[in-house]
Amino acid sequence: MTLTETASKPALGDERVGQRNPLQKLLGRPEVGALVGAIVLFIFFASVSQTFIQPNAFATVLYGSSTIGIMAVGVSLLMIGGEFDLSTGVAVISSALTASLFSWYFTTNVWVGVGLALVVSLGIGLINGWILVKTKLPSFIVTLATFLMLTGLNLGLTRLIGGSVSSPSISTMDGFESARAVFASSVSIGGVEVKITVFIWIALVAVASWILLRTRVGNWIFAVGGDANAARAVGVPVTKTKIGLFMAVGFCGWILGMHNLFAFDSVQSGEGVGNEFLYIIAAVIGGCLLTGGYGSAVGGAIGAFIFGMANKGIVYAQWNPDWFKFFLGLMLLLATIVNLIVKRRAELK
Amino acid sequence: MNAHQIDQQTLLKDEKDPLTHTPVHLLSLEAVGKHYGNIIALRDVTMAVDNGRVTCVLGDNGAGKSTLIKIIAGLHQHDEGTLHVMGDARKFSSPREALDAGIATVYQDLAVVPLMPIWRNFFLGSELTSGFGPFKSMDVQKMKDITKKELADMGIDLRDVEQPIGQLSGGERQCVAIARAVYFGAKVLILDEPTAALGVKQSGVVLRYILQARDRGLGVIFITHNPHHAFPVGDRFLLLKRGKSIGYYDKKDITLDELTAQMAGGAELAELAHELEQLGGHSDALEEVKAEVAGVTDPTSGSPTKRH
Repeated sequence: MTLTETASKPALGDERVGQRNPLQKLLGRPEVGALVGAIVLFIFFASVSQTFIQPNAFATVLYGSSTIGIMAVGVSLLMIGGEFDLSTGVAVISSALTASLFSWYFTTNVWVGVGLALVVSLGIGLINGWILVKTKLPSFIVTLATFLMLTGLNLGLTRLIGGSVSSPSISTMDGFESARAVFASSVSIGGVEVKITVFIWIALVAVASWILLRTRVGNWIFAVGGDANAARAVGVPVTKTKIGLFMAVGFCGWILGMHNLFAFDSVQSGEGVGNEFLYIIAAVIGGCLLTGGYGSAVGGAIGAFIFGMANKGIVYAQWNPDWFKFFLGLMLLLATIVNLIVKRRAELK
Repeated sequence: MNAHQIDQQTLLKDEKDPLTHTPVHLLSLEAVGKHYGNIIALRDVTMAVDNGRVTCVLGDNGAGKSTLIKIIAGLHQHDEGTLHVMGDARKFSSPREALDAGIATVYQDLAVVPLMPIWRNFFLGSELTSGFGPFKSMDVQKMKDITKKELADMGIDLRDVEQPIGQLSGGERQCVAIARAVYFGAKVLILDEPTAALGVKQSGVVLRYILQARDRGLGVIFITHNPHHAFPVGDRFLLLKRGKSIGYYDKKDITLDELTAQMAGGAELAELAHELEQLGGHSDALEEVKAEVAGVTDPTSGSPTKRH
């Protein structure tokens, strides 16, 4: 510990505390590596492509980020809680299919389907979490099983009920327009059309950050991810916290699922496979520790933003989008290494 | 050899609560026993804990120390004898019940989450909140202040309550765990081998906090296998061996050397010396053990005294 000027400190102060300078304090935050990465990436794309920094293009980047970011909020919290979920990608589609097929088959108002989809999404989370805490199996196995089962159910039930690989169009049904306004409309800001998912995303990040840093539940999330046994010993409801986290992921999946449905009017039943990794990547780039107990919701959001910039930036820079996945992998590797170094440096000082 | 055991009858009757001056122990065990199937883990253990006193439980591995604390902490239930808390016979069915009765246990693994800040660890599971309904949030500033104050009261000189608890030394972490138990209303504090994994200096620090807790009026049960740690802080010493009490002493009736001799098992060492002698050819080892026997059984005269 470095001794710095402490004479001016009050009597309660400790000469070993030193003046931790604000920069050092900032470097200790989980999301700082991702923030640096995001700024570098932004400057990079801004310099290679003129269109990238134009408001309309930027709104598109934000939209792309939000479709990952909404899920990344839940996935980040879950990862801080020490688990991860491989079923998120297809669970989003399951939710959309539930809403669409149910309202179409029973010709109800689409809002009935939307409500049912919420129940199904939360239910998937509940089942994931419940099996996990009951069997004590790793979340990798449990959610991999759910992922496979949901993939099969999505395809099988869609064909059985709708007779096709995509769900039937529901655009003419009651409540479609109002549901579209809620889940898939645009808001005009200074002539720039910004998708509503961007605002939902920001709101979710704000709520999740507040929960994580300022509520008891947030304390419990860090604790169950950091050391579940210790948490249990001091009276933290470990199983409820974990199940709750899986259900929160389910809730985020429902929002994105509804957006996917109402942005068009039908859903492809085979979609979603592979997306779960994008959400996990966003959380990891954002500084969430894979082993749990460390991370932030803002970090996951920055991770999603990096993803959105890379995704659209490659298009604006007029490169072949084939390179995107390579780019993403490289970003993941760099971000995690930067995170690691920054964290170690900050903790050592 | 003049160590003489506390007469268990007088011990259980004569001690007075220093606060209320009534002859009630904070916690007392009378002839407590526990068996797992046909394995007898503990039998006929009698001890008492009082306000502002440290009761040390000494014993080697497998002596029954863990079984004893598990009974007091509510993880297991005793099969024989009685456990009194403030004069009432109790049998705890869960750790929560023991906690509610004011019995807090600081285990070896301490139940702290290394990556979390000290103040979050301090209040983990019992966070202070303000506000109502869905807008209930933690009272962060108050919790930080209390953590700082409580630790300062225990004499723990902490740098920053925001730093992850994993960055503290083993001794400091132990002390935070003790301070936490004290703050949340513990009357009896059970410390399970708090010095086992610590260096000499760190152990000294922890021993000082045991005295701090004692001076704040807590009854402390200090589990250890090191008589050199137990003797300076203890008021009473319960020695366990193979699940049985082999002695229960008041501090005024025993010296450190006698305690060490009891612990090390002078009889076993003498036996080992005898065996080595019979085998022959281990002269170096034999000399060592003989010297040990001499040292252990009677350090002043050097002549082994027959015990038991």
